[in-house]
Amino acid sequence: MPTSLVQNESILAIEVGAAVTRAALFDVVEGQYRFVAAGQAPTTAESPFKDIGIGVREAISNLQHVTGSKILNSDRNLIAPSQADGSGVDAVVATVSVGPSVRTVIVGLLNDVSLHSARRLAESTYSRVVDSLDLSDQRKPEQQLDSVVRSRPDLVILTGGTDGGASRSILKTLEAVGLACYLMPMEKRPMVLYAGNQKLANDVQEMLGGHAGKLQLSYNVRPSLETEDLGPASRELAGLVTKLRQRQIKGVDELYMWAGGNVLPTAYAQGRMIRFLSRLYESTRGLLSVDVGASATSVAAGFGGELTLGTYPQFGLGESLGALLQYTELEDIMRWLPLDISPNVVREYLFQKSLYPGALPATKDEQALSQAIARQALHLAVRTLQKDFPASARVSQNGSMPPLDLIVAGGGVISDGVSLGQSLLLLLDAIQPVGIMPILIDQNNLVPLLGVAGERHNYLPAQVIDSGAFIGLGTILSVVASANYGEPVLRAKLTYSDGTDARADVKFGGLEILPLPSGQTARLSLQPLARADAGLGPGRSGGVTVTGGALGVVIDARGRPLQLPSDPVRRRELIKKWYYTVGG
Amino acid sequence: MLAPVLHILPLTTIVRERTLPVAGKVSARIDQRVNPTDVIAEANFAREHVLLDVARTFGVSANAADKLIKVNQGDKLAQGALVAEMRGLAPRSIKAPRAGRVMVAGGGQVLMEVGDARIELRAGLPGVVTQIIPERGAVIRTAGALIQGTWGNGRIDNGLMVSLIEKPDAELSADRLDVSLRGSVILGGRVRDIETLRAASELPVRGLIVSSLISSLLQTAVQMRYPIIALDGFGAMPMNTAAFTLLTGNNKREVTVNAEHFDRYGGNPPEVIIPLPISSEPEEPNPYQAFAVGQRVRMRRSPHPGMLGAISNLPDGLSVLPSGLRAPAAEVKLENGESALVPLVNLEVVG
Repeated sequence: MPTSLVQNESILAIEVGAAVTRAALFDVVEGQYRFVAAGQAPTTAESPFKDIGIGVREAISNLQHVTGSKILNSDRNLIAPSQADGSGVDAVVATVSVGPSVRTVIVGLLNDVSLHSARRLAESTYSRVVDSLDLSDQRKPEQQLDSVVRSRPDLVILTGGTDGGASRSILKTLEAVGLACYLMPMEKRPMVLYAGNQKLANDVQEMLGGHAGKLQLSYNVRPSLETEDLGPASRELAGLVTKLRQRQIKGVDELYMWAGGNVLPTAYAQGRMIRFLSRLYESTRGLLSVDVGASATSVAAGFGGELTLGTYPQFGLGESLGALLQYTELEDIMRWLPLDISPNVVREYLFQKSLYPGALPATKDEQALSQAIARQALHLAVRTLQKDFPASARVSQNGSMPPLDLIVAGGGVISDGVSLGQSLLLLLDAIQPVGIMPILIDQNNLVPLLGVAGERHNYLPAQVIDSGAFIGLGTILSVVASANYGEPVLRAKLTYSDGTDARADVKFGGLEILPLPSGQTARLSLQPLARADAGLGPGRSGGVTVTGGALGVVIDARGRPLQLPSDPVRRRELIKKWYYTVGG
Repeated sequence: MLAPVLHILPLTTIVRERTLPVAGKVSARIDQRVNPTDVIAEANFAREHVLLDVARTFGVSANAADKLIKVNQGDKLAQGALVAEMRGLAPRSIKAPRAGRVMVAGGGQVLMEVGDARIELRAGLPGVVTQIIPERGAVIRTAGALIQGTWGNGRIDNGLMVSLIEKPDAELSADRLDVSLRGSVILGGRVRDIETLRAASELPVRGLIVSSLISSLLQTAVQMRYPIIALDGFGAMPMNTAAFTLLTGNNKREVTVNAEHFDRYGGNPPEVIIPLPISSEPEEPNPYQAFAVGQRVRMRRSPHPGMLGAISNLPDGLSVLPSGLRAPAAEVKLENGESALVPLVNLEVVG
């Protein structure tokens, strides 16, 4: 990017998570945007603070300590724009994920068409679907109405009908929703997003405009039966959720003012970034971004420039942990533990952690527990989203992930981990990727911040990423094989640029690492045995150029799906061995 | 870094906003002295609705149906009252299926609310009304001991507190609950069986203050009609010694147990209030303050969940915790004599 095209504008990007608030500074250095530094502090949305502004200012103060520059004045107000003495910033952007899950009612015509799209739309943000209405609903209109009122929704997503198609049934349902809104106290009326038959926009305005907390009309998510287009509606939904947070959480209003309206839900900004990267790098396979946070686990996948986004508060590691066992068995969490811990301890840990989402594991046992829970939460989130991947990406027979070009991972449990090896193992266990790909750790949770900053300067994200703002763990290669434990499945040779090499005879069930430092590339020759697939196709040999990273080249031959021994003692020993392999 | 403060105070001023979930009528007056059970506001709300589709029933257009509707918005109707009527060769009528009130009449339809229910908002604590919140409730001010907890089952009540806890890690079992405790608020330790909750219900008691509950009891606990507060959390946690000392020292006093659901973003944690006589009003406590050496703190989680201690050192920057994580931390001299390095986010100041 020529220097002349870059406005010399410093940007303060703020992310308010459920547990942690981060403040990151982007500035122009030698004509290119760079990530300068970040500061963080506990989020203060909850009692006794009840104002996110306290935590935001603490995070900025910590950023000031790192950079030595002044961003807040003596009254702790933001200095903007930047001053001649170097203090202040020129612009602020922000993302928000803190807040209770958004109680959402979804409305559509057909369960597997418009209602499915409404559900996917709801899952693009921090929603919990509390009721749904469609044509197959056998309840009387007044029962539907009472059900909506009782479910106390924050948000109603209305879909249904192709453009110019069916209208009578939609209007009937809208009537029930409109009456339900009318019956709710004024200050508790839900935000309403209409993304159905465009011919009915005026009717919707007339029926709901006066009764909704706020009514937003959007393009149809199903313009035709065969076409689903969630993009415009998810943008409008992001705006509504931000408005809702302004209503629910003190301090979001002030942040919105600081940012001149450039505030987005964190998951939406994350998705925006992944779509952008998928297009920028013309990814032939797919990009995957995961953010394991206290408010939700969100997963964004970009295939051919198209985004699939899932935000799952039920798999968040904070307030909702007490309810995690509604979605998974205790044994499925315990299978990841390297320690012999009683099931009761694990169960009580989940509930106790839900009381204090921001608390950290202080002991080794708690750290192991925290990592086991994070593995299962991420595993569930990825598997849930996978069902919505585009047809071209649903290639595997056994439900495993499609091959990817890149994985970017963030969220406190990953970015603030004890070691990069632990973070890598967590990602491998939870995602179980297939193919050959680099993995990056977003240690400052920049992905969503770049997503929102990109709204202000569309070249900023690419420049910041190119400047090495993420930690490269290295290249991951997974081996898919039908073999017995210990049976040889791959011969690998890594030839370095100086002509030397490193070799590995990989056995099924094993994890091997070939060293390759960050910034270096090498040639990896692969010779699969027993028709194993090492990313080049079943039984196919060949070579690829791979990039290095903090851990080098990691060959994961533990199988897809990952098979863990049923004997707990043997399983724990194996998990400890894997920890040892990746550096503890 | 700022520290949340867990209030465990022998004497303080307590100001609480008490509001209805829906708009209603406030009966409290400014400067009124209230008891915990006094009703300070009430509201009526409909349990359900009935939609009468006049146009469809009569087979006419919505406009034509509107002319046949004989009721107006706000009308109170008895069961069987005439709602709409069509004269002619074959006269037909629509009558109210149940007693209720007309919410909307128009567009060929009549929407009635039926099954009227009433919510009474009780003061919840003894004190003086200092502010009226129109249509919602009031602000009440009192003085006394305040003990905050971590979880409540959604109920509120008051009564004479009887201590059945001899040491902080004691367990409360059903066989301790006899008929002499009927109508009391029970102060107990850990609860780990469902029989204890049921025995308390059968007496019945007016409240249960415990150190901890095992999580599998939560579903039963929220169904109990008496308030339950877990002061320290879930599992088998002993009662923190500050709460233990203060509560057992106030045995046989009248207490209010406010175990209403905790709105994390706008409310206060569940709490026990013990009204006490005062000669001069004590200060209101600060909800948060900066961490400092010498502060008494409670550990929210590991290494010793629920245990109290005093901050002996606040190292600059990040410390490496025994878990291997790096975080701002404090060195805490625990009440059991040990010292521990604890992340600041796992601590709350007691005061």
